[in-house]
Amino acid sequence: MTHTPFPFAVVILLATAGFAFAAEPPPPGAAGCSGCHPASQGVDTQVTRLNGRNAPEIVSAMLEFRAGQRPGTVMGRIAKGFTDDEIKAIAAWYAAQKD
Amino acid sequence: MTRTRTRRDFLRHSAAASAAAMFPMPALAQGARGRVVVVGGGFAGATCARTLKRLEPGITVTLVEASRTFTACPFSNNVVAGLRELSAQQFGYEKVAAGGVEVTFASASGVDPQARAVTLENGTRLNYDRLVLAPGIDIRWDALPGYNEAAAERMPHAWKAGEQTLLLRRQLESMEDGGLVVIVAPANPYRCPPGPYERASLIAHYLKTRKPKSKLVVLDAKDAFSKQRLFQDAWKKLYPGLLEWVSLSSGGKVTSVDPATNTLVTDFEKHQAKVANVIPPQKAGRIAEVAGVTDRTGWCPIDPVTCESKLQPNIHVVGDAAIAGAMPKSAFAANSQAKVCAAAVAKLVTGGSPAEPRLINTCYSLVAPDYGISVAGVYRPKEGVWADVEGAGGVSPPDAPDSARALEATYANGWFKTITGEVFG
Repeated sequence: MTHTPFPFAVVILLATAGFAFAAEPPPPGAAGCSGCHPASQGVDTQVTRLNGRNAPEIVSAMLEFRAGQRPGTVMGRIAKGFTDDEIKAIAAWYAAQKD
Repeated sequence: MTRTRTRRDFLRHSAAASAAAMFPMPALAQGARGRVVVVGGGFAGATCARTLKRLEPGITVTLVEASRTFTACPFSNNVVAGLRELSAQQFGYEKVAAGGVEVTFASASGVDPQARAVTLENGTRLNYDRLVLAPGIDIRWDALPGYNEAAAERMPHAWKAGEQTLLLRRQLESMEDGGLVVIVAPANPYRCPPGPYERASLIAHYLKTRKPKSKLVVLDAKDAFSKQRLFQDAWKKLYPGLLEWVSLSSGGKVTSVDPATNTLVTDFEKHQAKVANVIPPQKAGRIAEVAGVTDRTGWCPIDPVTCESKLQPNIHVVGDAAIAGAMPKSAFAANSQAKVCAAAVAKLVTGGSPAEPRLINTCYSLVAPDYGISVAGVYRPKEGVWADVEGAGGVSPPDAPDSARALEATYANGWFKTITGEVFG
């Protein structure tokens, strides 16, 4: 992100401000994740927060879950419902959600 | 309800302040981008109202809810079984209001789809560009002979969490060891498909640990149910001889009840229970019928991209009241649908076109406090409803070790904290 032009950074800042300006709508499927993965900090759960995480990390975890190569409970079943492109879009959106 | 100012709040406020300084845009005044009324402040309605306000702060969002305190159904079976207090199920609307949603505590009594107005019991009239109905379920008091509102005081349904939940718990607590507990499970569709079986499991857990000479019978109007194999395998292991499930084809369908004698009548026999938990047939909450968005099934057909009613324009329905295709009537599904609905309404009100959504559901059930099982699904619009994305979803593996069951029980608890935090926190 070092070459990001300033106006874009402003847009990100506003999008994550939480109110006053429209937030960037999540791509298809992304909104469902926060049923288990807490969007806010400090929720007492063992389930990982996705906000602000590195996108390639989310992508590789999802691909491993989907391929049955990563131990888990529900994630293997859920990951099978998403294409590579959908997973990349979801990961990019979560990576952009900063606190 | 004091509020501590956190670093996050500080960052939010400073970002908002700098935004306001850079873009003093009067067009973003409240209401300038439309008016949306949401009726029903449960998992579906409260989620939808908050998400909509977050996506399009210029939209005026009014949430109409009769009760100042929300009592959550998920985990209320733990309350029935004495494993949890009802207060752990209860949430207020302070944070919903703090996020800019106008919360009105009143019952909605009328909807005029032509004039686009909702009438409240107190006489207030709310005009809308889009209306979202999230009324949950109502009990069909005409569906099971003998079971009416008075009967529910003797034979609790406990299918709307609150006083009914506590009544069922008190009945179990005051029953002498050796008593017969009967759960009556309804035909599909109804709120929380695995709910009756989780309840049976946790009541069995209570009986096993506290009143081991007692017996529990589930009289079912179905031959199959959600996560059936997982439940039945666990029952054999955890509650042998204590819990009996009677299917429809084995004569499990209850045709009438007699609250005076606590008797449940099937075509074949009469069961006289010490504690009778009757989970009766259900329909969409009353305001859906008033608005003309229910079909002859008593539920609400909707478009799977926008959640808009197929019967009335500009009215959307989410949560248990909706006919959701392959999606179950669960809190997770309600929350998932509500976010899709909010995104669609935000687009429609501002002149855009909604994107085709993907939805997720995950339902945990506890067979014992440390024994969790789950069902998950991914859904997409297909032929006018939400259909399963093929190859995805399914239930916990049948041969999983105890450690996996314990982990799913932990995740179940985490899920409740996360979702109630997202919706009410």
